[in-house]
Order: sequence, then structure tokens, then C-alpha cells
Amino acid sequence: MPKFKTVFEDCDILVVGGGMGGTGAAYEARYWGRDMKIVVAEKANIDRSGAVAQGLYAINCYMGMRWDENQPEDHVRYARNDLMGLVREDLAYDMARHVDSSVHQFDDWGLPFMKDPETGRYQREGKWQVMIHGESYKPIVAEAAKKSADKIYNRIMVTHLLMDESKPNRVGGAVGFNVRTGDYHVFRAKAVIVGAGGASHIFKPRSVGEGMGRTWYAPWSSASAYALPIQVGAKMTQMENRIVLCRFKDGYGPVGAYFLHLKTYTQNAYGEEYESKWYDHTKEMVGEYIDHHPTPTCLRNHAFIEEMKAGRGPIHMVTKEAFQDPHKEIVGWENFLGMTVGQAVVWAAQDIDPKYTNPELTTSEPYVMGSHATCSGAWASGPEDISPDEYQWGYNRMMTVDGLFGAGDALGGTAHAFSSGSFTEGRLAAKAAVKYVRDLKNEQIQVTDKQYEDLKKTIYKPLETYRVGRNEIVGGTVSPSYLLPIQGLQRLEKLMDEYAGGISVNYMTNEPMLLRGLDLMKTLHEDLEYVGAEDLHQLQRAWELKHRAIASECVLQHSLFRKETRWPGYYYRGDHLKLDDENWHVLTLSRLDPESGEWTMEKAPVYHLVD
Amino acid sequence: MPTFVYMTRCDGCGHCVDICPSDIMHIDKTYRRAMNIEPNMCWECYSCVKACPQNAIDARGYADFAPLGHSVRVRREEDKGMISWKIKFRDGREKDFVSPITTQPWGEKIPKLAETKVPDNEAVNSQHLYDEPRGLEIDGGLPTVSKDKFKQGVYY
Repeated sequence: MPKFKTVFEDCDILVVGGGMGGTGAAYEARYWGRDMKIVVAEKANIDRSGAVAQGLYAINCYMGMRWDENQPEDHVRYARNDLMGLVREDLAYDMARHVDSSVHQFDDWGLPFMKDPETGRYQREGKWQVMIHGESYKPIVAEAAKKSADKIYNRIMVTHLLMDESKPNRVGGAVGFNVRTGDYHVFRAKAVIVGAGGASHIFKPRSVGEGMGRTWYAPWSSASAYALPIQVGAKMTQMENRIVLCRFKDGYGPVGAYFLHLKTYTQNAYGEEYESKWYDHTKEMVGEYIDHHPTPTCLRNHAFIEEMKAGRGPIHMVTKEAFQDPHKEIVGWENFLGMTVGQAVVWAAQDIDPKYTNPELTTSEPYVMGSHATCSGAWASGPEDISPDEYQWGYNRMMTVDGLFGAGDALGGTAHAFSSGSFTEGRLAAKAAVKYVRDLKNEQIQVTDKQYEDLKKTIYKPLETYRVGRNEIVGGTVSPSYLLPIQGLQRLEKLMDEYAGGISVNYMTNEPMLLRGLDLMKTLHEDLEYVGAEDLHQLQRAWELKHRAIASECVLQHSLFRKETRWPGYYYRGDHLKLDDENWHVLTLSRLDPESGEWTMEKAPVYHLVD
Repeated sequence: MPTFVYMTRCDGCGHCVDICPSDIMHIDKTYRRAMNIEPNMCWECYSCVKACPQNAIDARGYADFAPLGHSVRVRREEDKGMISWKIKFRDGREKDFVSPITTQPWGEKIPKLAETKVPDNEAVNSQHLYDEPRGLEIDGGLPTVSKDKFKQGVYY
């Protein structure tokens, strides 16, 4: 095996992942921690990394408190309603009360906001969204992080967190490798903020072959947000709450602006409104949640899925009326060019001009993430001043491992944070991390050579596995001794699709299916010890795969634990097809014991903000 | 639509390799030019297309659902703060769009927080983030809520 150099970096605060959460964290940490060393490790290049790499056409979380448009309480009610009652309302409130100050800074920095011609205020797309020309959203916030951080390492795939060996359950940094040079990077840090990405590609995508990259969430969102904390025994929450997106077919172009701003609407293949047809059926499953306004996202998906199953697809978005207005036509197209170019390509290729053709919609494969209309992630402490005792253990946004903080997808229970909320969570985590480091005073973190040398062997093993195994065969991709990352990925996606409620089973699962899924996951984990990587790029893919597999196992455990169908339209438990508030109006928590490899599950109470 | 690189335009500068979020733009060892080594992990984000100084990178819709004969071209001009798009349909129709990408000279309005006034202890121990409460632009300061407003039970 080639000898890879070990590069050490000792710092106070390490930010893992430079997306919206990570850039917010790096930026804010400098304000409070003037004398501290702040370092960012990013898998790609922070100018275009994370979910906002290609831009956004709207900021989906802005209160507009200065114009008395919404208050944080309103956002809490909205988020809990959309997620069928279950979010961390303290974290949601805390994000919401700060988010406007982040958005105002983006405006000052040069992010172009559309303005309402009559009021001069930010142009609202809907109640919570403001419209932007956000092609350069990510490079702009990256600039802010660069001005604050001592050092930003691009192209470092962080694979594991390090633990302090002088005190139990305390983080000590992280390790990873440089995808270009192969160098081994050891970051010894007093606090770590995980800003890594959620999980695409754990369920088989609808598109196949060359098109498999056309997922709704970015293919580089490889579940590191979950695998990193899970591996060191942090508690996770609501990992069963995967999300399915109703989007324009094939390109997964967003529908928010179409519904809210352009006032387009859906109908079945025969020109009929269909959502109201499924009202009684849905009411039977979820009770009065179907009567809430706005209708929860999952329940709208549910009507879509049932209408398709009834044989009245495809479902269309009626655009022909709205697109007669030239302004709306421009908005409709620029909406894609600003954040999902691929949808414009699909329409150009298929000669679909929404002015003359009503385009098809589809429901996507499931995703696990924590910043959209879902809230999977790590169980974290809330802010000192408002959180109930069971939600508060000292430092805001700190996980159940000391010194380990999270933002964006990594944080559980904080739905509807989106880009601005994730950036804000990064800022909150950073301020708390600075306080944490300050409170450590002169206490030193101890990371022995053995800890990182052992990890080094583990991390580079796929290169060796490939090198040795490759000599066994004449050529090609089939080996009896190793799995290539793409082969392992497709095995994972098939397993999750078929047993955990993916597209090929119409999002349906049950206890026997999940148990079988766990059996298959066990052998997949065993086989992933034999993943083979031809080069450093494949080594990155190998570790992304391992991260996805760890997160997927957590998803299986949570899905098995919650014995109800809380979010019809996201997934169904065939053996418990109804929402069950009596037993399951709770948040689910899991913990993987790093020593024994055993999972434990528990229920945590939901505290509602009640006037 | 995965990206591809035109042989005669690429000079192997590596800007696309530097920026690709998916690490799939690599320099081909024989031709010393860039290529997409893993089209099925391409999100069609256009980061490489926008970064290419030679306009050598284009995209062709994913083979499993996009018929041939289309194109979506882009020119991003940071100095002018503009981005321009040209969409060409398979049947030859064209659409053009131009949008701003920034309202300020690039990066100049982003503060260096190390150079701002050092926050005092009161600020450190408050719930305020940088530039709060001023940056919220509201009267009455940062909103808060009493802990006893959080209750267990089934509420909607």
C-alpha cells in the first residue's frame, strides 16, 4: 500500500462540512471566539458544496418580523402541523427567532432579493418563502466563512470522529483523507460542529443507469451528518421520518413557486381535481390532522399516491393558464435555472413548454434529511432560556456526546429550517461551541497515537483490498473478493427500497419486512469490510457508502420501533396503518453502542408550545 | 444531464476539477483534458459549466429519459454580476433568460468579524448572535417565550 503522509491540525473548533450549516458556524464562531482557532474540513470545495451548490430561487424560512408578517410561534405551529405533530418546538422556536438576522445579512452581502413592487418588502412566494435570484447564494456565504475561519481544507472526506481519551463521552476531533493527495488528516479539536449532509441514495432512485444521479437531494449528500455522530454513540431522533417529494417528473424541479406564486394546481389524467376524493379515506387513517391548514405535505402526497394506484395517472400540474402571463412564465423557468437546471433540460429535451403543455408530476424515492419538510437527525440540547429540562443539557445544539454540536441536516427535530435556518443553526451551534471551549479552560483533549493510527488502517483498507483482489481476476468488475462502491450502493438501495418502504412497494413496509431488511443489512455491513477502491476517488465513494449504510440501519431501527403510520405519503406500516396518538405522540430516540454494536430505542416526550 | 467536455475547446486548466461538488470532473491522463468520469453521480448542477473559462463543458440530458437534440447553455459573469441562459428545445424553439447574481461588488460587503468590536460578557451570556438584536430590525429585542409555555400532551 502506498504510504500516505499524516497531516496534523490542532484547533479549538472544527467544522465538518461547509454547506449552509457549516458556513454559518465558521462565520459566527469567529465573532465570539476571537482568540480561537477555527478550522473547516469540506469534502468538495466550499464555493459550491452542499445542497445549495447550484443555487436557490427562494429562501424558504424568513419570518419577516420587522414587517409583522410572522412571529416565531407561528413558525412552530406551521412546522409541527406539517410534520403531524412531532418536532422539537424549542429548537424550531430558537431558529425562527434568529433567522431574520441571517437573512438580512445575506441581503447586505449582495444576494439579490426580489421586492414586492407595491410594498418594497421582500417578495413573498408564500407565507414563509421570499424570492431571490440565488444562483450565487453558496459562493456568497462561502466568502463569509472564508473571512472568518483560520483555515479551510477543501477535498477532505471526514470519515470518523475522534474521542477524547481523558474523559468518557467527549469528542476529540475528526479524521479523514484528502481525496486529491491521499494525505491522512488528523484534526484534534476541543469542539466539533457537524454540518455534513443528509442522505440521498439510500433508497433506490426512480431514474436508472446514467440518470441515477438525478436525485432530488444532491448525490453528494452521503449521510455523513448521521454516520459521524452514530459511530460515536450519539443519540439520534426521528430517523424513521423520511421524506418523499412531489416534484416535476424526472428532473425533480421544485413545485413551491408554482403552487404558491404562480397559482398553478394539480389534476389527474382526466382533468379532475383528486385530493378531495381521498378525504374520507385519509381521515380514517389520521383523524383530524387532515382538517388542518395548510394540509400537511405528507397527506397531499398520500392523495397523489392513491390516485396513481387507482389508475388515474399521470398527475399533471396545470401551468397553461398561468404561463400566459409573461412575468409568470419567466418566473417559472428561472425558478429551475436558479436551483434545478436539470428540469429545464428535461423539458427542452421532451419539447415540453408549460405554456402549451401541462407537465407531469411524480413522487420521488424517499430521502433522510433534517432541514426540509422532515426532521431526522441527532438529539441535541436546546437553548438555556426556553427549553424544557428534558431538552436541555448545558449547551445549545450540543448532541449527547460532549463537545459535539450540529447544524442543518445533522440536527434532529428541526423541520423547515431550509437554507437560512440551517445557516442560523450553524451560528447558534458556533456560539455555544465557543462557550463550551471557553468553559474547558486549560483542560486538554487527549487523543493517543493508537486511536488515529488504528483508524488510518481502517480508512485506507479498501485500496489494499482492491489491489490484492484485482490480481485474482483477468479484468472487469466481477470479483469474488471485493465489492466495488457502486455495487454496494445498489445493494443498499435495493434493500431499503424493497424492505423499508421505497418506490417499488409504494412506500409500504411492516415488521416482518423491516426485520428481513435488518438481516440483509447485517450481511451488507459484513461485506462492506471488503469494499474495494481502485483509487482515491473510489475511496471517497467507499466511505460515502459506509456512511449511507450506517444511517440506513438507523432508519430501519426507527421504522421498526414506531408502530403506527404517522406520515402517510412518506411511508406506511402495513401492520399499523393508522396514526396512533395514544401511544406514539412521542419522539423516537436511538443509540448505537459503539462497543457492543447493539441498538437501544426509547421514546422522548413531545413538548408543545401552548398559549 | 451529465456533463461532457469538448475535446477541441478544453485546455486542461482544471477549474472544473477544482469546483465539482461530486468529484467527477477529472483530467484524463492521455489527453490532458477534463472529462466526467462518473456521469451517474452528476447532479447536473452546472458548477463546472459555469467555471469553465473555455466554454468547453456542456450537458446532455440523462440517457434514460431525455431525448437528444436539446441544449441549456449558461454564461456566468461575476464581474458584471449577471448570469445568462439559453435554452434550446429539441424542436428548435429557443428561450433566453438573464438574472442578477449579486447586487454588490464581489465579497466587499461581507464583514471580517475578527475586526469588529469584541463582544462583552453580557453579550456572550445572552442569547444574541452577532449583530443582534439590531440585525433583526424589530422593537422589543430578541423574542423569547417562557419555559412553562411548553407542555406535554397532544396539541395541534
